[in-house]
Amino acid sequence: MKSRQRESLTALLFVSPWIIGFSVFLLYPLLAALYYSFCEYSVLRPPVWVGMDNYRDLIHDSVFRTTLWNTGMFSALALPMGMFVAISLALMLNAKIKGMTLYRTFFYVPSLVPGASLAMLGLWVFNGEHGVLNHILDPILNAVPNLLNFLFHTHLHHIEPPQWLSNPLWSKPALIVLGVWGAGNSMVIYLAGLQDVPQALYEAAELDGAGWWAKTRHVTLPMLSPVILFNLIMGIIGTLQVFTLPFIMFPAGTPERSTYFYTMYLYDNAFVYLKMGYACAMGWIMFLIIMALTFIALRLSEKRVHYSGG
Amino acid sequence: MQLRDLALPLMGLGILLTIAKSENITHDTPPPGPVHIAYWEKWTGFEGDAMQAVVNAFNKKQNKIYVDLLTVSGIENKTLLAVAGGDPPDVAGLFGPNMAQYADDNAIMRLDDFCRQKGISESDYIPVYWDMGVYQGHLYALPSTPASTALHYNKQMFRDAGLDPEKPPQTIEEMDAMAAKITKLDAQDRFVTAGFLPAEPGWWNWGWGEVFGGRFWDGESKITADDPGNIRAMEWVQSYSKKYGAAKLQSFRSGFGNFSSPQNAFLSSKVAMELQGVWMYNFIDQYAPNLEKPVLNWAAVPFPHPADRPDLANHTFTDEDILVIPRGAKHPNEAFEFIAYVQSQEGMELLCMGQKKHSPLTHVSPEFYAKHPNPYIKLFADLAKSKNAQSPPKIAIWPEYKDELSNAFDAIALLHKTPQEALNDVQERMQPKMDEHIERGNKRKAMEGTRP
Repeated sequence: MKSRQRESLTALLFVSPWIIGFSVFLLYPLLAALYYSFCEYSVLRPPVWVGMDNYRDLIHDSVFRTTLWNTGMFSALALPMGMFVAISLALMLNAKIKGMTLYRTFFYVPSLVPGASLAMLGLWVFNGEHGVLNHILDPILNAVPNLLNFLFHTHLHHIEPPQWLSNPLWSKPALIVLGVWGAGNSMVIYLAGLQDVPQALYEAAELDGAGWWAKTRHVTLPMLSPVILFNLIMGIIGTLQVFTLPFIMFPAGTPERSTYFYTMYLYDNAFVYLKMGYACAMGWIMFLIIMALTFIALRLSEKRVHYSGG
Repeated sequence: MQLRDLALPLMGLGILLTIAKSENITHDTPPPGPVHIAYWEKWTGFEGDAMQAVVNAFNKKQNKIYVDLLTVSGIENKTLLAVAGGDPPDVAGLFGPNMAQYADDNAIMRLDDFCRQKGISESDYIPVYWDMGVYQGHLYALPSTPASTALHYNKQMFRDAGLDPEKPPQTIEEMDAMAAKITKLDAQDRFVTAGFLPAEPGWWNWGWGEVFGGRFWDGESKITADDPGNIRAMEWVQSYSKKYGAAKLQSFRSGFGNFSSPQNAFLSSKVAMELQGVWMYNFIDQYAPNLEKPVLNWAAVPFPHPADRPDLANHTFTDEDILVIPRGAKHPNEAFEFIAYVQSQEGMELLCMGQKKHSPLTHVSPEFYAKHPNPYIKLFADLAKSKNAQSPPKIAIWPEYKDELSNAFDAIALLHKTPQEALNDVQERMQPKMDEHIERGNKRKAMEGTRP
């Protein structure tokens, strides 16, 4: 018994750097934020307890609702898109051909680009007048009506490529497309998962006459499901907290707050409007939303995720 | 015992020693000699050099105080956190509009008594620049460099459009008419050049109301976003979108390069008339040498006023960079000694000449104007003295209010809302925020009052 106690003490000692780090840098701020969310707190003066005031104000805050909607929309579009791209890339890069490590590196490298550089790059690519993207789109958008006019004697006009950065309708899609640059990270995790799929299952499926799609659908995806779930949850957390790209590309969420995301409003409240209590309340609401979504994702996946070990 | 067993303890010891040493370096015991004061300032480049010259002059002039100038980016946030953390600099160079927020939160010291001791008074300053440091009857900040705005116009573009470059617009209506003459569209109906754009450069999108006699608040507790003057201004803004098409304006503007580059809309002769500040000369000098021959190719004049409101002539947006002493500063007296030197005619002219701005003081040496490279420098100083010189409202919730007004401007310029609707929305959102701010302030006062 005594030796067991010694043992657990030693174990605790060994994990103590983590425990201390977690308590000081995560647990304490988390709890402090909870306390401040019930306070009027500007950082500069001691907090004053105001009860539920911040939460009540948030319910009536139209900008809060706008940012919540923007963030939800972004997440709902960017997450499936990102996962689709990452899984597709992983499937393609799992093929056995020469020079594969090189291809894998090529597709992974973009995700190493820091967010701030990516944002600056995005500003050039998506610029409505001089952007690379519109230079490519312009001749295509020009050719389509011309072709139709020629073939069917219609009188269609030239279609202008979108003003990605200044039109509220197109600013979010621009961000979503740009976000795909970071797909490399989850792609690597999918690739690792793919390597773990037992070869025997494919052989068995082939004996049963399964083609490429049947194998993907009935062997690869089920075996990959734990990794997909992991990436889904990390994706929910990541996309709901999108900050760097829009913060740099769209100061103050212009045009018309179409790119004003939750974390940007939180940041403005905390450091520009000096409403730290309000910002803390927003932080906790986001925490609860992410907890709830993670819980739902876990519950819904129970029957669909196959763990090969158990 | 083997060397391997010692590795970890030794490493730990090494880390501890490093920390101890770095603490030692950062918290130096004051050496005998001058008192060192820490001064954080935002400027880099030639603007930073100008302040360094003032600091050097001060350090040389006396031997009791030594100013350590540190360039800090994002200064308003870092000063804020340093005050909250209890280790602020002795002097901080903030932006003028930060003052109300900081003063409201008791984060900066009142300077009234310091000024009295040093004989610095309101009468030494162009009123608007002194006033920007005053909050609820107390002085919290003194200017470092001031700025005012004027209409900058490209004379060559005037000539090309058949306009007399020596007859700039006096009224808004004249300006609109001239702008229409200068504006050129290509065969596909796209902009080649524009005479004037209300959204350019975009720094005063929130502020056009003042040009039309509008007010943003009553000076006490009421927000007046939907003031008739503000609505009229936004109708004027919208008239450009209606005339040329919001999408067309947008795509023209998205082709402009960065402000600080030769592709700047004004410098690249894409927009002929722009509201710009006293700093514009520096950018013309740096990026557009072809515009530089000032008598020939560009000029600055007071911004036009509505034809039916001659009383609104000589409107200018003023702003300033400020020097403050954060609460918790270790050497407030020495800090003010330095601030007082910057406020002297000698210090101020050295600084403002270096940054190529005008002086916020009423007494200016004749050499200052004679030597100043900006040929219109006197105009900017005179405009700041105008009764229609405006500075940002000193409300603690101003940053939020300003964002709201800018957002309304977007909706109006994109023709998504009428000016009345958009400004009503601002009014409905900001008045409760103002009420809440006042109510919470009272709550806090009541609670702090009950404490021993």
